[in-house]
Amino acid sequence: MKIETIQNELIDEFSMFEDWMERYEYMIELGKSLPLINSKYKTDENIIKGCQSKVWLHSEFENDKVIFSADSDAIITKGIVAILVRVFSNQSPQAILSANTNFIDAIGLKEHLSPTRANGLVSMIKQIKMYALAYQTQQ
Amino acid sequence: MKNATQNTTFDVHKIREDFPILHRKVNGKPLVYFDNAATSQTPLQVIEKITNYYSTYNANIHRGVHQLSQEATDRYEEARQTIQQHFNAKHAHEIIFTSGTTHSINLVAHGFGSILKKGDVILVSALEHHSNIVPWQMLCEKTEAILKVIPMTELGELDMNQFDALLKLNPKLVFVNHISNALGTINPIKIIIEKSHNVGAAVLIDGAQACPHIKPDVQELDVDFYVTSAHKMCGPTGVGMLYAKEYWLEKLPPYQGGGEMISEVTFEKTTYAGLPHKFEAGTPNICGGIAFGAAVDYMNAIGFENIAAYENELLEYATAQLSAIEGLKIYGSSKQKTSVISFNIENIHAYDIGTIIDKLGIAIRTGQHCTQPIMDFYGISGTARASFAFYNTKQEIDRLVEALKKAILMLS
Repeated sequence: MKIETIQNELIDEFSMFEDWMERYEYMIELGKSLPLINSKYKTDENIIKGCQSKVWLHSEFENDKVIFSADSDAIITKGIVAILVRVFSNQSPQAILSANTNFIDAIGLKEHLSPTRANGLVSMIKQIKMYALAYQTQQ
Repeated sequence: MKNATQNTTFDVHKIREDFPILHRKVNGKPLVYFDNAATSQTPLQVIEKITNYYSTYNANIHRGVHQLSQEATDRYEEARQTIQQHFNAKHAHEIIFTSGTTHSINLVAHGFGSILKKGDVILVSALEHHSNIVPWQMLCEKTEAILKVIPMTELGELDMNQFDALLKLNPKLVFVNHISNALGTINPIKIIIEKSHNVGAAVLIDGAQACPHIKPDVQELDVDFYVTSAHKMCGPTGVGMLYAKEYWLEKLPPYQGGGEMISEVTFEKTTYAGLPHKFEAGTPNICGGIAFGAAVDYMNAIGFENIAAYENELLEYATAQLSAIEGLKIYGSSKQKTSVISFNIENIHAYDIGTIIDKLGIAIRTGQHCTQPIMDFYGISGTARASFAFYNTKQEIDRLVEALKKAILMLS
């Protein structure tokens, strides 16, 4: 599925909620359903800096696609991580690099883009794009 | 006076009228501001001082011959005297205006760079903010002095037996906070100063967390250096002070070079200005200094005894209410404690709690509070911290409790 299609799917899903509580509850659900990261990848090198909670992000490159797995020790952050994995995992480096992130605003999580939020959403996206760039140069 | 409510002069509802920000909404809910240990809110009396400065007498100070400069200089120096009297310093020139506590500590640490020698021991407490650790580590790198740590106990207090043992190393300098920002513990600084002096060590007390709650008397304490920030005590950010005994201010070299701090400048040699100007290079935060003075006046008008008694009531109430929440653990349970509660809820990350209750209009701090060593001691990655000021109420604490219960429901 194309990144844009997944993003539109998410926008649709989040548009069903009327208030912040429902949105957050759904995000927490998404976090809980995030596939477990292999514990050997929960290393210090895979921790994303700039997050108040710990976020581990691991990537692999298979059949020209970048596969992300991730985890966080905070459940809301884990929900955000789950959303990013759903959007960006199993995509080509080119698709990841050219993708925009407007959907975050559209699903009502704009506040998490603020640098003061300390949840590292901006750092996570940056790291995802860095991995994509590294795999692209390998190709 | 044990109970502030018995004192008719203390009326929290009247006090709250002085703070416009307390009447705003956050995320559609009335704001509950419990992040006072990070920064306090500013009363109208201080805001008006700032407005008045920029509206009527904004000018550079100390050298202008014109009227505005005179007025600004007078107000700025009056503020220094207000602060001198508040802390009971012997001389006004023992009060150095800085940009805040961190600046003050760096100024002293820099000065000791020319005093300490290789192998000299300096002592830091385990309860310090990073601001009172890193400048000394930098100093040790430069001088090859040795930094030793006074350990803490499970209650969040300093281990005074270990402190006594460390004094046998004849430290040159001891630096401890008056009150821990992460846990609220009030350290026995009077004893620490006395014992340190007995072995010839100078003492720096970081008073950033103490000054909103306590009125320290630097002469009674006989402290060598006492530092604080205005924004923790109803003043603006970007201004603070260093109190140092005259002896030390004469002895320490200037920290920064520039205008204001010189007596004569030629390309061959520059002589420095007298105190306090030697340590106040460049145009200072004039308005900030004046507003700092106004903040001190404001708090004194309410009265520190009233503040302490009322905040203690809030602390006792909040401790009881929060302790009743299942799975909630409070860190730092010293009997000597100010109105700060650091806590975690079983199996829930502090960040998640902070995020959810923010949606309910409640501001607390989450994370390490710039005190990683304390978090490491307890083996935790951080805490949620609610810190109360004299303008907070029990009703607000009830709202915190209610919000935490809601957060627990959502997050578990």
